[in-house]
Amino acid sequence: MKLIIAIIQPDKLEDVKDELYKADVNLITVSEVLGHGRQKGITEIYRGAVESGNLLRKIRLEIAVNENFVDATLKAIKTGAKTGETGDGKIFVLNLEECVRIRTGETGNVAIG
Amino acid sequence: MNTGDTAWVMIASALVMFMTPGLAFFYGGMVRRKNILSVLMQCFIILCLIGVQWVLYGYSLAFAPGQGFWGGFAWAGLSGVSLTPYAGYAATIPHQVFMIFQSMFAIITPALIIGAFAERMKFSAFLIIILLWATLIYDPVAHWVWGIGGWLRAIGVIDFAGGIVVHVNAGIAALVVALMIGRRKNLDKGTPAPHNVPFIALGTGMLWFGWFGFNGGSALAADGIAVNAVVVTTTSAAMAGLVWAVIEWIRGGKATLFGVCSGAVAGLAAITPASGFVNVTAALIIGAVASILCYVGVSIIKPKLGYDDSLDVFGVHGIGCIWGSLATGLFASKMINPAGADGLFFGNPSLLLTQAIGVGVVLAYSGIGTFIIVKVVDLIMKIRVKDKDESMGLDLTQHHERAYTVIE
Repeated sequence: MKLIIAIIQPDKLEDVKDELYKADVNLITVSEVLGHGRQKGITEIYRGAVESGNLLRKIRLEIAVNENFVDATLKAIKTGAKTGETGDGKIFVLNLEECVRIRTGETGNVAIG
Repeated sequence: MNTGDTAWVMIASALVMFMTPGLAFFYGGMVRRKNILSVLMQCFIILCLIGVQWVLYGYSLAFAPGQGFWGGFAWAGLSGVSLTPYAGYAATIPHQVFMIFQSMFAIITPALIIGAFAERMKFSAFLIIILLWATLIYDPVAHWVWGIGGWLRAIGVIDFAGGIVVHVNAGIAALVVALMIGRRKNLDKGTPAPHNVPFIALGTGMLWFGWFGFNGGSALAADGIAVNAVVVTTTSAAMAGLVWAVIEWIRGGKATLFGVCSGAVAGLAAITPASGFVNVTAALIIGAVASILCYVGVSIIKPKLGYDDSLDVFGVHGIGCIWGSLATGLFASKMINPAGADGLFFGNPSLLLTQAIGVGVVLAYSGIGTFIIVKVVDLIMKIRVKDKDESMGLDLTQHHERAYTVIE
């Protein structure tokens, strides 16, 4: 089992969701985060007070999948989130030790899907 | 001079002023969170920009007694606009009260248009377009309908509080700009949800409150006609909000807050030209029909045609007030206002035709004029922001501010 974490541009979320549905990946968690990578943040000005290098809004996706879904999930995120510009984001793949479905108490591979 | 009249129109001026921030929240709630400040900013800077333009030369262009086209520069810098009454417009209040009351109309009219191009216009291009539009479209049209020597006024077009001058004028301009600037990115994934529906309700409340001054103040006196205007205005809004909820209930199964707010604003817009001329029965009909027409306009016709009048300026204000202006030709009665006219249902079918001419002329002039202004500005500096700026949002890219922090 893998946990896939992706940081993407907010306005690419709908595209990524579409691609994931096409790949039959239906279980995702989405949260709003702030960050910046190589792309610098943006300057903000409040009553003349300049705050530079501020963080930009990003969307963080968390998707837990079985091994045979990893490639399809990565491809779906790459397809949906790519614009070719700086700031498109990153995907991280982590080993997932355990997964429990709370309702039934099932664990492991069956609990993920 | 009458102190009661003066006090009322001064208060009414403040009520109408409050509508522009109200409109800002009404629109601001509908956009995505990354663009709310740009909407509030556009409304507030119009308060400043046209507030200055009006006393420098706008009032003169619109209201100085002049040729048919506009009033000229005789009253530029408020030269000759005194603290005593000017009987040509209002015999019982100081001329400057009339002037400042009218300034609030000149401000909110261009502010209405911003809903059409929300979330994608450059701030610099916006400023130039608004200044040109106020000068070349609003001021002449106000002169034609309300000014001494105005030619639409001369042929008998009646517009109590700005149905044609404000709402039809802004509505068609909005449609033209929406078509020219193009759709927002990513709309094929569905229309983005409003980011803050409570703001829409707050803005609607402020607009409804201010509309007592917009229509009631247009009597330019604290008299029976002002009372009639207030009564029919709030009645039309109430009826229209109710009808919109019923339509939603029948069609979709649930009445929505956003729907009731849209209906109320449609009802307020529609009654505006008629408010000094019609009775409360007519107000119920005008409000109900406005809601039906605007619902069809925004929920059925707009998606089919595919243009992106983002916040439905044409759909609510344009359609609502084309109906309201024509309805004035049906329901106006001299029993309500001896200085007005009788409409079709009171034995004078010609008023309907006159009103149709007034609406048609303003649709054509404002539509074509707006097209030329936007085209010229676009050729000089491109009116639309870069794709990347649109994705990031206008708040950060145009103003270097953000409305909501995520952390702290």
